[in-house]
Amino acid sequence: MNAPLFSAQILGQLFGAEGLLATLYMTLVSTLIAYVIGLPLGLLLVVTNADGIRPAHTFNSILGGIINIFRSVPFLIMVVVLVPVTRFLAGRIIGPTAMIVSLVVASAPYIARMVESSAKEVDRGVIEASLSMGASPWQVVFKVIVPEAVPSLITGATIVTTTILSYSAMAGILGAGGLGAIAINYGYYRGRRDIMWFALILTILVVQLIQELGNVLARRTDRRIR
Amino acid sequence: MGEPIIQIHDLTKTFGSGEGAVTALEHIDLSVERGETFGIIGLSGAGKSTLVRCINLLERPTDGSVIVDGSDMTALTEKELRTARRSIGMIFQGFNLLMQRTALDNVCFPLELEGTPKKEAREKALKLLGTVGLADRAGAYPAQLSGGQKQRVAIARALSTDPKVLLCDEATSALDPTTTLSILELLKRLNAELGVTVVVITHEMKVVERICNRVAIIADSHIVESGPVGEVFCHPRTAAAKQLISPRSGPRAEFGGKERIYRITFDGTTSDRPVVADMVLACGEPVNIWFADTKDIDGKAYGHMLVQLPNDPISAGRMLGYLDEHHISYEEANDR
Repeated sequence: MNAPLFSAQILGQLFGAEGLLATLYMTLVSTLIAYVIGLPLGLLLVVTNADGIRPAHTFNSILGGIINIFRSVPFLIMVVVLVPVTRFLAGRIIGPTAMIVSLVVASAPYIARMVESSAKEVDRGVIEASLSMGASPWQVVFKVIVPEAVPSLITGATIVTTTILSYSAMAGILGAGGLGAIAINYGYYRGRRDIMWFALILTILVVQLIQELGNVLARRTDRRIR
Repeated sequence: MGEPIIQIHDLTKTFGSGEGAVTALEHIDLSVERGETFGIIGLSGAGKSTLVRCINLLERPTDGSVIVDGSDMTALTEKELRTARRSIGMIFQGFNLLMQRTALDNVCFPLELEGTPKKEAREKALKLLGTVGLADRAGAYPAQLSGGQKQRVAIARALSTDPKVLLCDEATSALDPTTTLSILELLKRLNAELGVTVVVITHEMKVVERICNRVAIIADSHIVESGPVGEVFCHPRTAAAKQLISPRSGPRAEFGGKERIYRITFDGTTSDRPVVADMVLACGEPVNIWFADTKDIDGKAYGHMLVQLPNDPISAGRMLGYLDEHHISYEEANDR
């Protein structure tokens, strides 16, 4: 409890399954699952949009409305609201695995909007050209829109991942574990500012790493430059 | 020749409905013969792009029929329509290449949509890139190609499914004059060698003159005139045709008072070029010739000419710039 910052006990907590590892686990698994839900939703938004390849006004409005509702709920309130769902899906309501449920529900609608905006950047003329070559709507989505939007999708995924990371840190106050929980528990409740700062710096480093990785990937996949 | 490949009958296209409805095309009748190069010319907003999109049903006509190679396009199911579109190639003003694919993969793309085996598709695409003169750029991405090269890739891509018809929507409008000519020559050659019927949409007279057998003039949503290019261009009957063919309708340059008069001196070095005529053509504005006195000495032109430049300072400045650029000496002579 009163161990110095640079002791095996504290460092073990910071880097181990209670700290850094928990944060990475929550962030990466949540991002992955949230994309499985958010990516198709975002593509559906674009396809059914008024100027999309399969306009469906009512469907688009309802889907857009639902996404907006989910995005309006503040994250911490979302965690509380989802307690029964979390208990059902994860079997418990605290710990990193339980928090993944809330992180996915909160970020999937956000991802849908990010994907929608990336897909909308694809030149309308290119889509028209592929239709003129006899492409089916399915082919337009998966052979034109998605591959053409890859650099922008990666940039979006970078933003999403760092946002989920910051949510997961916030969730530390509700028993998520991870670096955020350590920062709050030691820094706020026990006055150990040194541990709080160290957890914070670790979090910043992880964000920088994700951002840099995203930038490099987006640049490498972008054939429009050079 | 003589057998129609595209027949458009009483086609009308209206965008929107109710009071906000806009009629883009009205009662269009058009027939394109197999193997010909057909031009559709009109000013922007006349409806020509909508018309070409009605041929492969990128736009669905509000009324009327479109028959391509014997099948009524408006009556096809979605699946049949996709198959029919594969026999109608299309190229665009903005090229519309897939930016994340190489030139070769762009040409492979329509074959990939059809499910052609990859190896077969690549062989065919390479051959087509050779046909359009880009065999050495197969691995380049569109961003690494010039406008003319991009359009060549787009042409190769449009031809990969062996279409019977090639629709060109303002295909040269984004290109410079030299590149435009080379693309037009390519289209002409493909028409002759492959027998593909070419439909060209343009606002430029020179495009039609250069490659088309027959032409239709479209104005205010209607086809106002059509026929063999020579006939229509030599004897335009309607006001719209006359306006397109002799575009003298733009604001004429104005000249006033005794301002902007320049003396151009010929010192024998420019005798092989029509200097003043070139300048007028390059700047797109006329000059007012006040006086000229030139002598032919030993095959070289010596003398001087007094010309008045247009009142518009931008045009005048451009002309002086032209003279400077071509090292022709001049001086202001407003006191005359």
